[in-house]
Parts: sequence; structure tokens; C-alpha cells
Amino acid sequence: MENKYAIEANALSIYYGSFMAVNNVDMLIEAQKITAIIGPSGCGKSTLLRAFNRMNDFVPGCHVTGELLMQGKNLYSKDIDPVEVRRKIGMVFQKPNPFPKSIYENIAWGARINGFKGNMDELVEQSLLGAALWDEVKDKLQDSAYALSGGQQQRLCIARTIAIQPEIILMDEPASALDPISTLRIEELMQELKKNYTIIIVTHNMQQAARVSDYTAMMMLDKEGSRSGTVIEFSETKRIFTNPKDKRTEDYVTGRFG
Amino acid sequence: MSINSHYPQAEDFRHALNARYRAASIWQALFLSALLIAIISLLALIYNVLDGAFGFVAFDYKNDPAAYTSTPMSELTQKELAAILKDNLSSGAYNKLEKEQPLEKRSQAELYTLFLERLVELDTKNTWSMTESLLHENEIRAEVARKYPTAKLEFRSWLTPQFLVTPMSSKAEFAGVRTAILGSLWLVGIAILFALPIGTGAAIYLQEYAPKNFLTSIIQTNINNLSGVPSIVYGMLGLAVFVRVMEPLTSGSVFGVTDANGRTVLSAGLTMGILVLPLIIINAQEAIKAVPDSLRQAAYGVGATRWQTVWHHVLPNALPGILTGTILSISRALGETAPLIVVGASTFISMDPDSPFSKFTALPIQIYQWTTRAQSEFHAIAAGAIVVLLILLLTLNATAILLRNRFQRRW
Amino acid sequence: MNLKSAEARKFRQFDLKKKFRISESIIQASLFFAGILSIFITIAIVYELGKEAMLFFNDPDVTLGKFLGTTKWQPGIGQYGIWALVSATLVTSFIAMVISLPLGLASAIYLSEYASSKARSILKPVLEILAGIPTVVYGYFALLFVTPILKSIFGDQIQVYNMLSAGLVMGIMILPLISSMSEDALSAVPRSLREAAYAMGATKVETSLQVVLPAALSGIGAALIVGISRAVGETMIVAVAAGSGPNFTFDPFKAAETMTGHIARISGGDLSYNSIDYTSLFAIAMMLFLLTLVLNLISQQIVNRFRERYE
Ligand SMILES: Nc1ncnc2c1ncn2[C@@H]1O[C@H](COP(=O)(O)OP(=O)(O)OP(=O)(O)O)[C@@H](O)[C@H]1O
Ligand SMILES: [Mg+2]
Repeated sequence: MENKYAIEANALSIYYGSFMAVNNVDMLIEAQKITAIIGPSGCGKSTLLRAFNRMNDFVPGCHVTGELLMQGKNLYSKDIDPVEVRRKIGMVFQKPNPFPKSIYENIAWGARINGFKGNMDELVEQSLLGAALWDEVKDKLQDSAYALSGGQQQRLCIARTIAIQPEIILMDEPASALDPISTLRIEELMQELKKNYTIIIVTHNMQQAARVSDYTAMMMLDKEGSRSGTVIEFSETKRIFTNPKDKRTEDYVTGRFG
Repeated sequence: MSINSHYPQAEDFRHALNARYRAASIWQALFLSALLIAIISLLALIYNVLDGAFGFVAFDYKNDPAAYTSTPMSELTQKELAAILKDNLSSGAYNKLEKEQPLEKRSQAELYTLFLERLVELDTKNTWSMTESLLHENEIRAEVARKYPTAKLEFRSWLTPQFLVTPMSSKAEFAGVRTAILGSLWLVGIAILFALPIGTGAAIYLQEYAPKNFLTSIIQTNINNLSGVPSIVYGMLGLAVFVRVMEPLTSGSVFGVTDANGRTVLSAGLTMGILVLPLIIINAQEAIKAVPDSLRQAAYGVGATRWQTVWHHVLPNALPGILTGTILSISRALGETAPLIVVGASTFISMDPDSPFSKFTALPIQIYQWTTRAQSEFHAIAAGAIVVLLILLLTLNATAILLRNRFQRRW
Repeated sequence: MNLKSAEARKFRQFDLKKKFRISESIIQASLFFAGILSIFITIAIVYELGKEAMLFFNDPDVTLGKFLGTTKWQPGIGQYGIWALVSATLVTSFIAMVISLPLGLASAIYLSEYASSKARSILKPVLEILAGIPTVVYGYFALLFVTPILKSIFGDQIQVYNMLSAGLVMGIMILPLISSMSEDALSAVPRSLREAAYAMGATKVETSLQVVLPAALSGIGAALIVGISRAVGETMIVAVAAGSGPNFTFDPFKAAETMTGHIARISGGDLSYNSIDYTSLFAIAMMLFLLTLVLNLISQQIVNRFRERYE
């Protein structure tokens, strides 16, 4: 990957039917960095994030205009296969959602459908190590994933995502359903993961964004009375939190919003 | 990372993906074909019934119509027919007919049927289905000419207005479903009269009054189970309880009805009522559940008692749902056959049921009996009766759906 | 009304003592009776069926050895081998399930995972109509449509009355039940699981078959069990098309009489109370009741547990 940017949004707008949820977003996401998306509820963070790996395809009536470029190819052009897109851009969800299968199967399944040819045991171990879960589960790989704690389940979801070796990992409030200790572990894990992956994370937690991310995008409803969200400011995290250009960003990150 | 190399990349991946897509479309075709099979089965069933209800019939007259009248048969008027019948029937038979209903008051069609049945004695030789009739008309004509030289061949619909209003007969050509329809109506009426108040009451009790305790959960489980008990078991219950144990009541002998046993429309109706009771309860419960709590709280808030709240606020709002459930139960009761056989529907009866203590038959019973006869003309009238039953059911269900859509509220 | 006047104030006096409202109590009592009546119905079934069944089993001529150990059933002449009837019930139910389970499941998957809402609005009513057709009509269909087709395929190998035709049509009859229960189970699987699968690059079929289906398996199991119970209790199709007369055989091309079909035929004729024929029918009905009761209880248990898991 010579390209400095993992993914690139050009004038990207996202609609639910005729309702424009996200308006005209331009973003250059740097590879092997963590980019955080913050903003008030309902401003379209999840919508934008899910647009990155075409998860919105499953919402009837949802469509986009503009471009989303990955390695120079528009992910929304006709000849692009969404399954292949998702295989390259993995996703971790707000609530842990392991499959009702064994821990081992949770990881092996994605590998298998994607044609993994190597040693499956090794892959499972590697992925669990990568998700900092190995030590806790190595003796009960055949147990149901539902027997794990919420934090462990979330790390299992991360493990199964890295098992298929995507380029980018999207995370939608991955720690919001977790206790502070589990949250901390996920944050540490993200620092570890960024050596190999590009990470985009949506979070409501300002400290979290400040702690873990390299870049931050501030989203907001674009103007009074409108319901469309847009990115109003996007730059290095340090800058967003210490010296934002936009007054609204300043209000929001310092808690004076609304 | 080392494991990365174990995943197919670029072209290889796309190759594998294409194979996956091919498998996917095969599966999807399989899923869809299951539904297609369902659709085809439904169409085949409808076709099968309609196919049976129309077609050629070859028949002969035992006695030459010319012996009774010089006018061509198709031009006989009501008066002429009445006169012919009067002249040619034995006086006993004639008086019996007159007693049922004077001949002058009967319609031309009715008298014509009597003429065919009693005097010329129409005799069906063979029948053909609609498809056979349309595709092989020439062969059929040839066959009739060869096998029954004197027989006439006619394309007829077995489902006629006459069919709806004539009672049973031992000859398929003259049989109708009047007795059966009336029997079905009596049956369903009694069943609903019994099950609707009790079912709604039970639903109100369970939703509005019942404490959350062991007894309540037993009642609920029990109701769910009853709805899954095979209908023939209800028939056996009806046989043991209504027909046998409660015979004095269900036969009407305590009310002075003589010459009766327990195999009456009342027994059958009560059996059917018990059968649909769980259905009514479950549907009414759903309807009551859908009434929002805010409404109840509003009523309590102005000092209403529990029953006032239920009667003035909950029930009116649940009514469409309860009615929908009732209609569905009616259609269930209309189509049920097995319990009626067990409690003793009459095999042959041509008298209209006129009291709860009447012997009875019902549409599905007629269908069953005619279907299991060997002669093809009975299959033809079975098909006719099925069309009647299906139209009844379709109308009922359409009403239920309309009712549901019309009154469905979004709270 | 001037609320400040003395009368008005008097009107507003109240005591909060609990009042005994006689009409409310009567109403509540009758509602309770309506609610508890269903229990009495069950008791009546168990009592009445059980009483007559006991008469049958207490007959000195009827031994457990004969009942379970022989294969001819004709109580009138001392033959009590229940297998003659059970075999036909097993064969027809088995055929019905072989048809209805895969077809019902496949159509449920299509409806819940693939069909657009427009396609659903056309396809669902077809299943609902199928579910609403009286079973005696299915009997007509079996005897006068399916059997002739089977005859034209298998010729003289297959009898006019045969279990295959009845079983096949019973399968079609049960298909909507399996389909709608399975569809409920499939759509109870949370969307997040599907999203997880898609986010790992799964295709729709992979998601449906390898993630959603296993997650809904217990609900589908419940559908299967209810389907079996429906098949075992179904009467009219077998009464019309499977044949009359007990016949111990597992050959679906042959005519045989199921437990339900036997009850229908014998009770439809002239039957004198207290005869062994009469009591034997209750013994069969009792077996049917207990069997379907157990099946229904199991399936309800499964459904309840399943619901808890995803709520
Ligand atoms: N499936 C959908 N169909 C229609 N509108 C939707 C859908 N999902 C979201 N929306 C709308 O799009 C807008 C953005 O929603 P989105 O979920 O992206 O917000 P968010 O920023 O992630 O909020 P939160 O912080 O609460 O998660 C909202 O107005 C929402 O109502
Ligand atoms: Mg969100």
C-alpha cells in the first residue's frame, strides 16, 4: 500500500429515500491511523460510517451521491462488488454481536467463507492474540460465544474481523455498551491494531476520541432547522480539541453544546 | 502478516466469489421453487375442483318423455308440468308432494326436476371432467354413441342455482346442498353463540383481571394446548358428553321432543363451539393486548371501576380484533368435518333443520360422502359443493381482512 | 354548579373505605368462570376419554401383549394389535413431514430473507389460502387429482387408495404452518447477526443458511414438532384417500387406515355404546390426545425459551 490514504470521500451525500441524512462530505482518511467521528446524536455518524463498507445497501431506499474512493476505485461504481468491499473493510458494531456458535467457529466462519487455505487453528489463535483475548479463552474455544462477558464478546467480534485480514476496520461506538475496564482494553487494542489496519471509529466519548485517535471529524446538522448532517471540521485530533476552527466544534468538545 | 497469504487475493478471490454467487443463485432458486410448488398446488387444487364441477354428462330416460306430453321438453310451462305430474304420479306420491308444498306454488324449475326424477326417470350413464370434455369431445361423442346408443350428451354445470336450493337426493342429478348449507349455518350459529361470550370473557379475565400466578399460567398453557388438540378428539369428547351423557338435553327429550337421540345439531354445534373456543380466546387476547395502557389509566384516572374501564374503553377498542378472530373461527367451524362425523351427522337427510334438536348434515359432510362414492356423478356434485364452501370461506376471510385493515389502529 | 356552596361541599365529601360492589363481583366471578372453563374442557377430555379407554383396557380379552405385540386390529373379533393403525399414521405423517419441512423451511427463508415487501404481499396470501382450505377439500384433491397422477406414473404397483397420495397432500396442507412458524423464528433473529455476517464479506445465502438458520433452529424445531402433531391428528385427507381397513404395512403404495381414519370410519357407522368397538375408539383417541399434547407442550417450551433468548 503505497497510497497514503486508505479511503477518500468526495462530495459524498447519503439519502434515506428522499431524506438526505448526510450532506456533501469530503474526507481523506489516512492509512494506518485512527480517525474518530464525533458529533451529536442523529447527525449521521453511523450513516456515514456504514456507507464506507456499503452496509447501507441493506436499508431499502438508501442511496448515495458523490464518490468514495479506495485505491483509486469508486466503491459505489457499478462494477464494484459490495461483498468484496466488505471483505476489505470490516466492521465492529455498537453492541457485541457474536454468532450463536462456539468461540472457535465465530472466527473460523468468516475465514472459511472467504476461502482461507492455511491452518485454521493457527488463524484462530493469531486472531484471538491480536484481539487480546487469547489468554482468557484459550481453554474454552468450543464454548458458546454467548458465555463470554460483554467486553470479551466485543473483543471476539474484533478478533473475527481481523481474522479475515481487512484493510480498514470500522467501529461504531464499539465501547459504549462496555464498562470502563473493558473500554480501556478495547482502546489499547486499537492502538495495537493500527500498526496493521486503518481504523475509523464513531464515538460519543470525547475523552476516548482525544485519547485514541490521530484525526477527528466533527459532524453536525448542517444548519438550523435542517436534519442533514455534515462534517463541519476535520483535522488532527490535537487541533480539534485544543484549537478548533469552528465555534460549534469548540462548544461541542468542551461540553457547551446545546 | 503471514496469514494474509493464505487468503485468495485479487483474481483468485474474484474467481471464488463468482463460484459463491453461482451457489447463491442456485439456493435462491431452490427457496423460490418451494413457494412456486405451493402456488402450483393451490392452482392445481382449484383447477381440480372446477374441472370436476363442469363437463359432459351422458344420460338416458328410462321412460320416453313423449309418453307424457307432445310438447318438446324444453318448452314445458309451469302449468303444463303441474298437470302432467298430477295426471301421472300415483295419488299417494302426489298427495305427499302437495302436502310439502302445493304444486301450483312451486317454480317451473322445481316441477321440471320432479318430472325428470319421478316420471321420465333420468338416468346418468357417465360424466366427464371439463378438461376431458373440451379436449376430447369427439372421442366422448363416439364413445357415447357406441356404449349408450339411446343416451343424450349434454355439457352441464353441476353448480346451478337449483343445486343451492334443493335438498339431498339419492340421485346425484337431483341432489342439492340446501340441507347441508342450513345445517352448517345452524351449527356455526350454535358454536359461536356458545364460544364467543365465553371466549371473550375468558380473554378479558386473562388480560384484565387474572393475577400473575400459577393458576393463570396453567390456564394460559392449557388454552394454547387445546388449540393444538386434533379436531377428531373434540369429536370424541362431543360424542361422550353431548351425545351420550347429556342426551336428554341435547336430544330435546326433556323439552318434549320425541323420537330423538343425542345426534342433533345442538350436540354438533356445542362440540364445534368447544373446538373453536381456544381460537376465539387467543384472538381476543391479542386484540385486548393491543389496546394501549394509557387508555385504561385515563379511565381509572377519572374514577372508573375495573369493569367500567373494560366495558366502556377496552372492549370497544378491541372489538374489531375480536370480530376478526370470530370470523376466522367461523371459517374454521365451517370447514371442520371429522368431529361432525364422530358426533353423528346424518348420512342421508333431506329435511331442513328447524330446531336445535334436528338431525343434521353439513357442507363438508356432504362433500365427504359424495367424494367417497364410486360413481363419477357424485364426484361432480362434490366438486360443486366444494365450490360453494370455498366461496363462503373466501367471502368470510375477505371480510376479516377488510375489517382488520379498516380498523387497524396505529397507537 | 358553584363548588363553593355548602351542598357542593357536601357532595365532595368522601370516604376512602373499600366498597363492596356486588355487580363488579358477579362480573368478575363470571369472567373467572369463563377463564377456568378451558381447564374443565381438558379435564373432561381426559376423564371421558380415559374412562372409556379404561373400559377397553380392562376388558379381560385385551392384553398389553396383544395391544402392542400383534399387528391385526379388529376389536369385534378379538384382534387388538394397534400397530395396524399406528403404522399407517407413521407412514402418512412421515411422508407429510418429508414434504412440508423442506418446502416450508425454504419458503420461510425466501419470505423472510429475500422477498421484497411487494413480493411478500403476493406470496403470503397464497400460503394463507392454502392454510384455510378445509381438509376434506384436500381429501378430494388427493383422491381425484394426486392419486390419478400417481396411478399414471406407477401403474398397477400403486393401489387406488394409498398412503402416498394422502401423505403428499397432507404435506401440502402442513406446509403453510411450517412456513409461518419458521418465518417467525427467522425474523426473530436479530438484525445485528445478519449485519455481522455481511460485514465479514458473506453473501446473502451464506448469511441466511449459515448464520440466521442455525440461530433460528430451535424455533424451526418447534415448527417441526407442531407439524408432526398436526399430521398425526389429521383425519379427513387420510379418511378419503388413504383407504379404509386397518393394514399393517409400511409400503406407501398400499391402502391402510390411520388411527384418525379408523375413528372416523367406525364412529360414522352405527355404533352401540359399551361395545368393544366403541370403547376401543376412545382408547385410540386417548393415545392421539396424549401424543399431540406432549408434542405441543414440547414445542411451546421451545418457542418460549427461544423468545427469551432474543428479547
Ligand atoms: N434506516 C433508516 N431509515 C431512515 N432514516 C434513518 C435510518 N437510519 C437513520 N436514519 C436517520 O438518519 C439520520 C442519521 O442517523 P444516524 O443513525 O446516522 O445518526 P448518528 O449520528 O449515528 O446518531 P447516534 O449518535 O444517536 O447513533 C437520523 O435523522 C435518522 O433518523
Ligand atoms: Mg449511531
